[in-house]
Amino acid sequence: MRGREMDVAIFTSKRSLVSGSIILIILVLLATLPFYSAGYTVVFLTSIFMYIVITVSWTMFSGPTGYISLAPAAFFGVGVYTSALIGFMLPLPAVIGIGGLASFCLALLVGALTLRLRGIYFVMFTFGLVELLLHFVLWWEVNITGTTGRVVPTVDNTTVYYLMLIIFAILMLTAYFIRHSKFGLALQSIGEYEEAAAHTGVNVTGLKIVTFAISAFFIGTAGAIMATRWTYIDPRIAFNPLLSFMPVLMAIFGGMGQLYGPIIGAAIFTYLEEFLITRFPYYYMLIFGIIMVVAILYLPNGLVGLIQKLRKGVLRRHANT
Amino acid sequence: MQILEGEGVTKYFGGLAAISNVDFEVARGEIVGLIGPNGAGKTTLFNLISAALFLNSGVIRFKGEKISGLKPHQVCRAGVARTFQSVKVFGNIPVLGNVLLGSLFGTSTGMSSPDATREAMESLEFVGLSALRAIPAKDLTLANQKRLEVARALATKPELLLLDELIAGLNPTETAQAMELVTRIRDKGITIFMIEHVMKAIMSICDRIIVLHHGEKIAEGTPQEIATSRTVIEVYLGE
Repeated sequence: MRGREMDVAIFTSKRSLVSGSIILIILVLLATLPFYSAGYTVVFLTSIFMYIVITVSWTMFSGPTGYISLAPAAFFGVGVYTSALIGFMLPLPAVIGIGGLASFCLALLVGALTLRLRGIYFVMFTFGLVELLLHFVLWWEVNITGTTGRVVPTVDNTTVYYLMLIIFAILMLTAYFIRHSKFGLALQSIGEYEEAAAHTGVNVTGLKIVTFAISAFFIGTAGAIMATRWTYIDPRIAFNPLLSFMPVLMAIFGGMGQLYGPIIGAAIFTYLEEFLITRFPYYYMLIFGIIMVVAILYLPNGLVGLIQKLRKGVLRRHANT
Repeated sequence: MQILEGEGVTKYFGGLAAISNVDFEVARGEIVGLIGPNGAGKTTLFNLISAALFLNSGVIRFKGEKISGLKPHQVCRAGVARTFQSVKVFGNIPVLGNVLLGSLFGTSTGMSSPDATREAMESLEFVGLSALRAIPAKDLTLANQKRLEVARALATKPELLLLDELIAGLNPTETAQAMELVTRIRDKGITIFMIEHVMKAIMSICDRIIVLHHGEKIAEGTPQEIATSRTVIEVYLGE
């Protein structure tokens, strides 16, 4: 028994060593990328990373708890507007940090008000938040400041790429630690039986609010970074409702069972969108829709589920021969 | 010494008094049964004690301190654990993980991760589920899911355990095992307050029984007194 447990320990440490070195190699490749690739690749990878950051942040809270939040566009927009409001006053890292914090605070407030709602009511409220902020800012700009839209200080593409990469790395570390800590277990128990979790000693309200806010922090930082690429923003760009739906679709497409699910989901989705727009500009939405329907019908656990099924099949074939 | 006391406990659902002006006491070390016909308010009373519901008036004290008004997780950490009438195990979490949640979050002082794991393993051992610790809880039989709920509750190191229909749905062998489990929990020094419909079981195991009917306490006493009480017989069998 003990011998077997030791074997398992060695096996898992070997495996984590292998996956650790793979991650390191990928990170090094990504970090040195701007030195040897075309400018377009850097820009394209930045938008892939933007979607990955939003999707992983969304999954951090909504994946285990099952509370489907449609608020990402609101948190993203808060980040974008922070960049527009204080971008000329402070250095960029400070702007990004403040953008994240502003989203964090908004999420604390909204979470305290709405996380007692369940199911469809929570979904509706979070989506309402996006519209509320959009129209509030619009009203403010029309009636108070008198101009719609703002100019954002621009930053060169490579800097934007590196900032997004850093946020991505910090986010992955955070997501990993939450998932493997006791709080990850507690979040999962909330998703299964919130009432039983509370009676087992989990401070369900507190945990939900804090995790919701941490997830909003990263979405806010992504917004603050992306704003610098757009030079001009207005409320309809900043609070684009599409950004609330994309992470949900990407996470479902990739699969939420594993940490890498939302990453491959977001990456492939963004690539697919780009590919289809350039090749089939007239049919791209149609093809996109068909792919989504097929994925939901035949991949209930997303790409992750497919990968695990294939891996199991290979192992079985090995065992048979 | 009374470990749990309720005074004038009242709960309305709309205009209906689900629990009206009920006084009750549970002494340390006792096994107290709570019986009554369907809809008498038994589970509602448990929900009030464990803070799943707030009460409209009255007060509930645990070890002399007021616990009514606390949140469910605070009541749990204070030392009152519970199980559910319809089993609520975390189906996709392994058996050990279910119990770990109790020892990680539910104890009064909090525990380091190795201590919590040891505590969880002990609880699983106690209810006889150690061998099944790695499988998802949804794959257990009903009897084992009920045991798992008990193990999860015990891992929070409670002084009082509320058991809501532990035996319902079990076969005779499983019932006997469950009754034996209840006595072993009491022998650990944990006070037990239990709702049950199986009269034979409850008569043989309880020190005292409280009878609820239409949200009111109609009788209280030893199993013999309850079995011979005219009011109780009328409520259950009609005149």
